[in-house]
Amino acid sequence: MTIHLLYAFAGVALCGIGLFGFIRLDHLLRKLMAFNLMGSGVFLVLVGLAQRVGQPDPVPQALVLTGIVVAVAATALAVVLIRRYYHLSGQITLAEPGREPVKKPAADAHREGPTE
Amino acid sequence: MIEWLLDGMLVLALLTTAVAVLASRNLFRAVVMFIAFGLLMALAWVRLQAPDIALAEAAIGAGLTGVLLLDAARHLGYSRGGRSE
Amino acid sequence: MRVLSVVTMTAVCLAFAGLLGLAVWHIAGSPAPVNLPGLLAENLDASGVEHPITAVLLNFRSYDTLLEIGVLVIAGIAGISMAKTTSLEDPDLRTSDSLLYALQRWFVPLMLVLAGYLLWAGSDRPGGAFQAGAVLAASGVMMRLGGIPMDFLRPGVLLRLGLALGFTVFLLVAVASALAGEVFLAYPAGFAKPLILVIETVLTFSIAMVLLALFVSAPVNRAQEPEEGEHE
Repeated sequence: MTIHLLYAFAGVALCGIGLFGFIRLDHLLRKLMAFNLMGSGVFLVLVGLAQRVGQPDPVPQALVLTGIVVAVAATALAVVLIRRYYHLSGQITLAEPGREPVKKPAADAHREGPTE
Repeated sequence: MIEWLLDGMLVLALLTTAVAVLASRNLFRAVVMFIAFGLLMALAWVRLQAPDIALAEAAIGAGLTGVLLLDAARHLGYSRGGRSE
Repeated sequence: MRVLSVVTMTAVCLAFAGLLGLAVWHIAGSPAPVNLPGLLAENLDASGVEHPITAVLLNFRSYDTLLEIGVLVIAGIAGISMAKTTSLEDPDLRTSDSLLYALQRWFVPLMLVLAGYLLWAGSDRPGGAFQAGAVLAASGVMMRLGGIPMDFLRPGVLLRLGLALGFTVFLLVAVASALAGEVFLAYPAGFAKPLILVIETVLTFSIAMVLLALFVSAPVNRAQEPEEGEHE
């Protein structure tokens, strides 16, 4: 077992954590972050597993490089869509319409955040 | 031996920040944890002998995504509806 | 009921991670069928660049990169079409902060130089179009946050050109090489290095433009719609 394989298994764990968060969390931004965690896990598995003998392998590294750029574009598009969805529906979760609708954050939303 | 210690700690930090992203109740804190996770990923890529990915991850994963998510978090409300209550 | 669903979900995720880990362990035990790094090192001289990752991205697997920039352009167009403001460069949407303004007078030129260096370094050192494009986009984001006007983000010829340039040039090179009797996307012998350099340069601009446009079009509703950001 080499060090690179350790990172592959860390990627596996990240995939599990991300999947759990993606299913479990309600807030759409949190879902997005969980999905990104899963993506990072996949990248780690891809590179770590390919380099298990110990020498660097440029082919998966190049693939992961394109993957990172596509992932950030997809994240940005998702943020645009989430904000549009929030604007149209007033919700930040995908709750069903009948089941306790999530209230719009009123002006006190910032009070819980950091000081401004 | 010292290498294994370093890598083990880095992996542990990665997993801890990943859990912190999902578990923190405050959305702002979660986004900051996500940025920290991106920086740790850049370190992990250096350890995996992939400096190209490390450069891209530091610029994109920590920088651009962080700004994007912080901006979105500010407008969607910091801590509302964070968990499935 | 809720406890049960949490337990089920945890079990499903653990099973998923366990299966994945088992698969990784299994693959790690078997030898690699092809020695890719060795194959790459043998053919590196033919690629026109000295850095193996750039060689993979823009020569050996350039098909992937072509499709990738295509995906980016589509994402950028989708993001822009979601924006509610008629102009992506709206003075009302800017935040201005004197500290940020003072900082960016030093930082933006430095970041532009860094992007240029990263682009040039890609031929024989870690670096290349993706990193340079990301740094360029980051400096654009900084300029926007600091309130520097960026006219090129107005919908018009410049924005369209910037978005489409990378993909178009890449596709033109590919089709031209196909028409000249070579395989699709195979560079003619002797021209590999200049062609790769041209493609990398336009790719840098296009990637930066797409990321910047996506960032700028994110505030879909602020100026006219008070519901989302009541507290400015």
